[in-house]
Amino acid sequence: MIKTNKDLLQYYNKITKESSKNDLEIIVSMGTCGIAAGTTPVLDELKKGIQEKGLSNKVTITESGCMGLCHSEPSIEVIDHKASKSIVYGDVKPEHALDILSNGVNPINGPTLINRTWYYPEDESKKENCPQARVVLRNTGRINPESIEQYIMQKGYQALGKTLCEMSPDDVVKSIMDSGLRGRGGGGFPTGKKWSLAKAVSADQKYVLCNADEGDPGAFMDRAVLEGDPHAVIEAMAIAGYAIGATKGGIYIRAEYPLAIKRLQIALNQAREMGFLGKNIFGSAFDFDIEIKYGAGAFVCGEETALIHSIEGMRGEPSFKPPFPAVAGLWAKPTIVNNVETYANIPAIIRKGADWFKTIGTPNSPGTKVFALAGKIKKVGLVEVPMGTTLGDMIFKIGEGIRNDREFKAVQTGGPSGGCITAKSIDTPIDYDSLRALGSMMGSGGMIVMDEDDCMVNIAKYFLEFTLDESCGKCTPCRIGNTRLYEMLDDITKGRGTQQTLFKLRDLAHVIKDTSLCGLGQSSPNPVLSTLANFIDEYEVHIYEKKCPAGVCRELIQYTIEADKCTGCTLCARNCPVSCISGERKQPHVIDQSKCIKCGVCYEACKFHAITKN
Amino acid sequence: MTQESSCCNGAIGSDNVLNMYPEKRKLLKEYIDVLPIGDDRNFNKGFLIQTLHKAQEIYGFLPESVQLFVADQLKLHVSAVYGVISFYSYFTDKPTGKYKINICTGTACFVRGAGRLVEEFERYLGIKEGETTEDKKFSLGGLRCVGACSLAPVVMVNDKVYGKVTTKMVPEIINDCE
Amino acid sequence: MSNTVNVTINNMPVKVAPGTTILEAASKLEIRIPTLCHFKLDTFDFEHRTGSCRICVVEVDGKQNLAPACCTPVHEGMNVKTNTIRVINARRTILDLILSDHPKECLTCEQNGSCQLQDLAAEMGLNKIRYAGKTSTYKIDLANEAIVRDMNKCIMCRKCEVACNEIQTVGVLSGVNRGFNATVGTVSNRPLSDTKCVFCGQCVAACPVGALSAMNRSYDVWVALNNPKKKVVVQTAPAVRAALGEEFDFEPGTSVTGKMAHALRLLGFDAVFDTDFAADLTIMEETTELIERVKANKNLPLLTSCCPGWVKFFEHQFPDLLHIPSSAKSPQQMFGAMAKTYYAKKIGIDPSDLIVVSVMPCLAKKYEASREEFSREGVRDVDIVISTRELAGMIKEAGILFKNLEDQDFDNPLGESTGASVIFGSSGGVLEAALRTAADWLTGEDLEAVDYEPVRGLSGIREATVKVAGMDLKVAVTSGLGNARKLLEKIQKGEADYTAIEIMACPGGCLNGGGQPFIHGDTSILDKRRDAIYAEDKGKPIRKSHKNPDIIKLYDEFLKEPGSELAHKLLHTKYITRDNT
Ligand SMILES: Cc1cc2nc3c(=O)[nH]c(=O)nc-3n(C[C@H](O)[C@H](O)[C@H](O)COP(=O)(O)O)c2cc1C
Ligand code: SF4
Ligand code: SF4
Ligand code: SF4
Ligand code: SF4
Ligand code: SF4
Ligand code: SF4
Ligand code: SF4
Ligand code: SF4
Ligand code: FES
Ligand code: FES
Ligand code: FES
Ligand code: FES
Repeated sequence: MIKTNKDLLQYYNKITKESSKNDLEIIVSMGTCGIAAGTTPVLDELKKGIQEKGLSNKVTITESGCMGLCHSEPSIEVIDHKASKSIVYGDVKPEHALDILSNGVNPINGPTLINRTWYYPEDESKKENCPQARVVLRNTGRINPESIEQYIMQKGYQALGKTLCEMSPDDVVKSIMDSGLRGRGGGGFPTGKKWSLAKAVSADQKYVLCNADEGDPGAFMDRAVLEGDPHAVIEAMAIAGYAIGATKGGIYIRAEYPLAIKRLQIALNQAREMGFLGKNIFGSAFDFDIEIKYGAGAFVCGEETALIHSIEGMRGEPSFKPPFPAVAGLWAKPTIVNNVETYANIPAIIRKGADWFKTIGTPNSPGTKVFALAGKIKKVGLVEVPMGTTLGDMIFKIGEGIRNDREFKAVQTGGPSGGCITAKSIDTPIDYDSLRALGSMMGSGGMIVMDEDDCMVNIAKYFLEFTLDESCGKCTPCRIGNTRLYEMLDDITKGRGTQQTLFKLRDLAHVIKDTSLCGLGQSSPNPVLSTLANFIDEYEVHIYEKKCPAGVCRELIQYTIEADKCTGCTLCARNCPVSCISGERKQPHVIDQSKCIKCGVCYEACKFHAITKN
Repeated sequence: MTQESSCCNGAIGSDNVLNMYPEKRKLLKEYIDVLPIGDDRNFNKGFLIQTLHKAQEIYGFLPESVQLFVADQLKLHVSAVYGVISFYSYFTDKPTGKYKINICTGTACFVRGAGRLVEEFERYLGIKEGETTEDKKFSLGGLRCVGACSLAPVVMVNDKVYGKVTTKMVPEIINDCE
Repeated sequence: MSNTVNVTINNMPVKVAPGTTILEAASKLEIRIPTLCHFKLDTFDFEHRTGSCRICVVEVDGKQNLAPACCTPVHEGMNVKTNTIRVINARRTILDLILSDHPKECLTCEQNGSCQLQDLAAEMGLNKIRYAGKTSTYKIDLANEAIVRDMNKCIMCRKCEVACNEIQTVGVLSGVNRGFNATVGTVSNRPLSDTKCVFCGQCVAACPVGALSAMNRSYDVWVALNNPKKKVVVQTAPAVRAALGEEFDFEPGTSVTGKMAHALRLLGFDAVFDTDFAADLTIMEETTELIERVKANKNLPLLTSCCPGWVKFFEHQFPDLLHIPSSAKSPQQMFGAMAKTYYAKKIGIDPSDLIVVSVMPCLAKKYEASREEFSREGVRDVDIVISTRELAGMIKEAGILFKNLEDQDFDNPLGESTGASVIFGSSGGVLEAALRTAADWLTGEDLEAVDYEPVRGLSGIREATVKVAGMDLKVAVTSGLGNARKLLEKIQKGEADYTAIEIMACPGGCLNGGGQPFIHGDTSILDKRRDAIYAEDKGKPIRKSHKNPDIIKLYDEFLKEPGSELAHKLLHTKYITRDNT
């Protein structure tokens, strides 16, 4: 049990000294993502190798969270502590294990050598040539998330100790306010202001909630943090509790994140055992504990009032604000809801100060932002950059450009609430205000890159379909209006669109934004409006020429075999799932258009490029 | 969730699934018994969603008889329980197949062709998304991002993840289930 | 904080209290803002801000989006515009969207003429649906005698859900599904008849459209009236006369008893009787039971049992208390029983050739009349129940100019009534009527004082200790099943030492029944109906049930005495435990 700030420092010194680590540390990326990509067999091989070679006194294995190198999972980092050297490998296979064990930080053949593009705040010297700064992800992928000692060795819980022993609640709120930290859950509301509102209300009970619902499809930042550094969130929530005067906390997490849930549970138990949660934390009068609450598959429960209703055991329907949760939230008590990533910033801000934090990022959006960079990008991954980094740097420097050398077309930020940003805005610095000015939004950090093969009408339709699926159905504009938007987009992609459709689409989109009850409806037309603004020509081709330029909308495309190029190899006919290609061997083949389901299999199969799509 | 009721012959809860498996009922009862349930319906509601998770884990789905039992134990109206079940996509009041095939339709998977995969699975199994084959072997569903976007498009069969799936792999994946 | 805030709406300044909504502030300036989902019942101090329909949006300076007037509180210096092109356009679009998923069946809709959506569409004059698309397809629930649910017409205002769960705490309705498929439903979308619905009809009263409506039986009445082989008699409940006039442009609160009797005769009923007569009978039986229980000090408090909604409620939800409600049938069923026995015999016809029609403020009465125990040898005591609204419809259909009708009296012998029975129509009336009779019986005197003011009123739980024959009787009166639940829970815990409690399912009692003309949230109409009822009581020469000469005659000729064996057979009932699901 840690009873005072001093206890913690002593303990920190003790374990740091004792753990004068083995020469070699091998960090294995064991997030859901890494495991899915096959890290477990690599880990097994490494363990086996250590056993067989009797290296257990020389080599330590750390099963960490995700390193963010999605593009090259399974990934590992090998660190030689004596030599202060390290090397990161991607695409590691079990058969590389022995080689790695014997070569340490000397590169081996086989796995991909990863070129680091990030630095850590304690190591500013490595900033050079590193577009990424890992503040939120300072421990993710570096420590074992199931070990509280490792968290403490990274100065964990020192911020909590500092707040409880040296700061008044007002001081805490002030330093968060001064840091300029804005909510990372999407809205960008100043965190310090939210806390001060909740603090100002007097009540017998208040609540601190963590929004770990992460519903944006194609985003996984919060999962990575919870799987990789759960204590950071716990520590931050306790700090928030102290600041606003709450003794109870809750983490609302998607049921789809079993590993994160497991690691959180372990971390909560450890924190309780060490006395960082429970009664009289750090010997102060402050009590605080945290419960885990599960989502059950509803994107709208990421909206804070819906989240609260869901915790209360109700349908996750948002309600009108005011009253704001800070005044009347969970069980009608003052409640703050903050995002996982927002919390993960807090301990660092408290430890290193608001001024330090403001040195990163831009004046209006200080700090960093974590993004899940995915889609048609070469280096899919989890990246954390200082605010103000340009989209271009994200996509071309960190993401290394578009896969298969296709043409970059657009990038979608903000998920279903956001918009598409095109090549002409590629130099925009990423911060809350500039993205909003482009008709998109920061969102929680999903960043999906699209290339020339993506039909923008179809993309808008995809997001609308998502909205329809996830709308709670409470208010008219969202329940019926979005259905109508979707139907109009569907018409356009199926060749039934007219000029009227285009007018109606735009009119309705504006009214839905203007009148919906919650953020979901208020932002759901954004993908439509931003594609209309940036890709109107694509809409027009669908409508007037009944063609899909990207070749995606199957009602508008046709596969035909060019007789002069066809060698009659029969490959297409053998592959067609509905057997609608006929022709003699060595004779040109033909497609029966009435039967073709436009699956594109023949198109991909033909080695002679004899099949055209138009 | 469909708009028509699934089971409207006989009284509410007459499907009787609850009592068909006494050991399952016992598990669920034991789970609920340790919850601090009181007389205040609104307070008890706070335990509803976790109880439904447990009940679905035990029974595989949430038929009326189980809904009724949960309502009764937590002193809630069964309509409220049904209202919650029908809201959250994680809960279902219909039995699902032995193999739950879920195609990720998160944005990353979508731009890498998840839509085509859905269609191919539908065609191959002869069922639509959200349905279960007649032999109760396969259910087809969607999910939004499992966080393995680098492997997009991703298909999950129960807990197993298939990455970089193409339409050609569909028969293989189905065969894998045997 | 100052006690008023200054707000400008459409360039007009107004001072209002902090926390006032834009809607309320606008109404102070006599600016009307359309609403559909806003649910506020002043008399019951009840408000629910769903904010779901969005028809009430207005423009507020400095706000990025339009604001729903019904739930946005004003703030100092707020500048609101309710009629800009942005607002008009949004409002029209919202209406367009609602109509795009709405069966436009006004001409055949039960709500035709009193539908808030129809009114709004008329006001706003959309000339076509711009955003047509797919529509909902729900099966219509026609499986019970009282209520028709056609969710295809639902606009998701959620008032029914709130009425059922929060006001009535019956809890059979919930939002179900989500997105476009979201609707209000029951467990597994079962018919109401499979649930613990008590058919109080408060959901119907709340519904702004025709998604919830009464099962209309007026055609069956026409058929009966035109069947030469049958004798058709009608009874009308106390609360009907206090509201029927509203359907014919009378000021709310105008009693139209005499015109109603006349109109019924014009419709062709062979005899026009009064449920009030049976209400006096109820008092005779119930008061006898009360005095017995008080003397034996057993099974107290006695709960009144004349409201079938309330009866079904305790049968489902409080099966452990089935021994305390009075076993006396409701006036409607007492009337039916007397008509099919005493009256049939008197006029010399077979009960199966007599058709008893009731006109009720109530939908639960439709269900009550169908309960098995209320028929003998396959002949129902009450054959057809229509609501106040259905009667109004029939009068209009028959071309009767109601407004100009001369007053007429009810027929005898089941038409004579006292002031005591008249007040059955309001919350508190049954108990007051019982007290009037109990006081006389216990003292053996004919007491002057008949007004028991403390039990009067429409809202909350009213308690009083009344001195009757030297005894302190602690009584309580409430209406609305949510209030009833509170009282019953107190009884269960042994915290209630009442002697008698009156409970009515509908907030305010039958004058606010599910079959009454719609008030669409204007509860001042209820207060006026109540005043009309008490005025009628005051004007009656006889104001105590046991003084009703025809009641005295009925006992002399037929029932012998209150609580006799025959009275028990015909006028009392038993309760059964029902599923609490
Ligand atoms: C439809 C909708 C979905 C949302 N989903 C999330 C989410 O998944 N995670 C999240 O942190 N915030 C989400 N938000 C934002 C939250 O409502 C809330 O603003 C946020 O959790 C506040 O935390 P922050 O200030 O730390 O960002 C969502 C908002 C809306 C309207
Ligand atoms: S905007 Fe959509 S999600 Fe939000 S309350 Fe309205 S219907 Fe529900
Ligand atoms: S597109 Fe598909 S269905 Fe059509 S011909 Fe080619 S393989 Fe056959
Ligand atoms: S695969 Fe190509 S070349 Fe071969 S038969 Fe088909 S179209 Fe002709
Ligand atoms: S509910 Fe109203 S608008 Fe709809 S059909 Fe009936 S009367 Fe017409
Ligand atoms: S006037 Fe209008 S409502 Fe009347 S019949 Fe002609 S079209 Fe119909
Ligand atoms: S009739 Fe009464 S009990 Fe039945 S659903 Fe309506 S409000 Fe609820
Ligand atoms: S049924 Fe009527 S009261 Fe209920 S939600 Fe629909 S429109 Fe509103
Ligand atoms: S209070 Fe009157 S109108 Fe309402 S259910 Fe009871 S008897 Fe019917
Ligand atoms: S590898 Fe874990 S998030 Fe990409
Ligand atoms: S979507 Fe047009 S669809 Fe190409
Ligand atoms: S979008 Fe499919 S795994 Fe992320
Ligand atoms: S009346 Fe205001 S939102 Fe419905």
